[in-house]
Amino acid sequence: MSNQKKSKGGIKTTTSWKNALKRDWQLYLLLIIPLALVIIFSYGAYPGLRMAFMDYKPAKGYAGSKWVGLDTFHKVFKDADFTRALRNSIVFNIADLLVGFPMPIILALILNELRFQRFKKVSQTILYLPHFLSWAIIGSVALTMFKPSSGLVNVAMMNAGLIEQGIPFLNEKWHWAITYLLIGVWQGMGWGTILYLAAITGISGELYEAAMIDGANRWQRMVHITLPGIRSTIVTLLIMNLGRVMGSNLERLTALGNTQVKEFQYQLAVYIFNKGIGNNKFSQATAVGLFQSVIGVLLVLMSDRIAKKLGEDGLL
Amino acid sequence: MANTKTINGEESFSAGGAHAVIGFKISDAIMMLVIVILCATCVLPFVHVAAKSISGNTAVMSQSVYFWPKDVTFDAFTRVFADESMTKSMFFSVWITLLFTLLGMIVCTCAAYPLSKKRLKGRPVITFLLMVPMYFSAGIIPAYILYHQLHILDTFWVLILPLIYSPYNMLIMKNFFQSTIPDSLEESAFLDGATNFQILGKIVLPLSKPILATLSLFYAVGRWNSYADNMYFTRSADLKMIQYKLYQLVASATEAQNASLADTGGVAQTTPEVLQAACIMFVTVPIIVIYPFLQKYFVQGTMIGAVKG
Repeated sequence: MSNQKKSKGGIKTTTSWKNALKRDWQLYLLLIIPLALVIIFSYGAYPGLRMAFMDYKPAKGYAGSKWVGLDTFHKVFKDADFTRALRNSIVFNIADLLVGFPMPIILALILNELRFQRFKKVSQTILYLPHFLSWAIIGSVALTMFKPSSGLVNVAMMNAGLIEQGIPFLNEKWHWAITYLLIGVWQGMGWGTILYLAAITGISGELYEAAMIDGANRWQRMVHITLPGIRSTIVTLLIMNLGRVMGSNLERLTALGNTQVKEFQYQLAVYIFNKGIGNNKFSQATAVGLFQSVIGVLLVLMSDRIAKKLGEDGLL
Repeated sequence: MANTKTINGEESFSAGGAHAVIGFKISDAIMMLVIVILCATCVLPFVHVAAKSISGNTAVMSQSVYFWPKDVTFDAFTRVFADESMTKSMFFSVWITLLFTLLGMIVCTCAAYPLSKKRLKGRPVITFLLMVPMYFSAGIIPAYILYHQLHILDTFWVLILPLIYSPYNMLIMKNFFQSTIPDSLEESAFLDGATNFQILGKIVLPLSKPILATLSLFYAVGRWNSYADNMYFTRSADLKMIQYKLYQLVASATEAQNASLADTGGVAQTTPEVLQAACIMFVTVPIIVIYPFLQKYFVQGTMIGAVKG
């Protein structure tokens, strides 16, 4: 695992293309398959981005549709649906990051401190489970648990006399916002600990020994040894997550959403799906998709710069 | 995982940071309690759904089923299995997942093996070409139009071809080849007159079984669980994978219930809760069954993936 940093070959020799092809033609032959797939399915879709600058009509195709320059973008930015989707996407993603990011770190610290190895192993296995389930399953189980009248959580609380009426966890927008965020945290928290736990095993035992001789208690060792020990993992993961602030997950949104929470559930992925595939407004949906992709790339590049400034490896 | 083993001595000590404290303290109890509660949130919802799925209708309607079934009956499951659209979706999912995994692994190896060779001329350019799609995608609509032009829209190919090349999986495999297979092994085979294909087939792949297993599972679980492309690019009923089927079933039941709550006070329901619970279990059980096995390989793969190439 460690030789990633191997120097790029000692002596610089230049092979002519003729020799390289003669020696490695089989390797180039293998590469044709993935290259063909990428060129057809990824690069092949890039020319379609010109729809964002056209008034694209599916019946007329690219040739018959008019170029309109930036008109589509002007229209989109004035569209109330778009501003709502943009606001929801940004607010919910930032909230996701604020609530969801620290959780795996805390959990990893706790798991690391657990006494009984058996208990630790079993709980890790259980905590990883939600990561392996689809949003369709999580969404449908969440509905079973949180329905206002018959959901288990509400029924249990009503029977215990804690509440008079069912709480609309998934049926009222503010409740929904919190439930949506917490389910996201719950889904990712266990799996998120893996990289932190791996980083913790890399911390030298001598540091703990020395600290204990100096009389540091468990809490002090956690704060002064474990946390600094996983600092670079934290920074790298934080930055990677920053790069995703514009993304939105259609599966999660639709699996947990319903018409009563449209106001908050309406995010960019939903906008693109509804406008583009639902209403054939191809140009608008493409423009929004392009906007999302460009911001995404800029965020990744920016995050990478920040990471390198902080003396971390960076992502690219 | 590998590095857990190599520094095992230190690991047991650093964990010993906690062990060294004599006696079981209150802080231990609190931490265990927190973990137990969190684990409960991961297990109990599924126990509840499972209990519901094999309980009698009246017991469920009277909301007396918590974590243990009442009036045990397997009627709901009989109905799920009798519903041809459910079983067909399940088989379709299995078939798509298998084909996707097989093709995905072939494509992944075709990309990762050549790119793991430092001597390969043009390697940086090719790597760049193969990595760009990870950072910039044209988006759903251009893809939709493209698939339409390629005549794969609403066919099962649209669930396979666009996604079988995965830059992320390719990086993991490439990292593994570079770090685990010694160059000297290949060099000596090369001197003995072995071709690149022979080296790949007879030396590299047999030595890479763990990573091949891990990545196959990445592919399989990824395909099995995702259905956004199923929503975007297919319409036909016989192209619905089981996850999408479940989503639609539950979504339509919820909307119907919301509507009926408004006018009739919540008596009418399209899909009875027991049947819905049985459907959820029908979709969940396959993954739970292989989960213990999955988990181990996933952890390994994630560790290798975390080391950037």
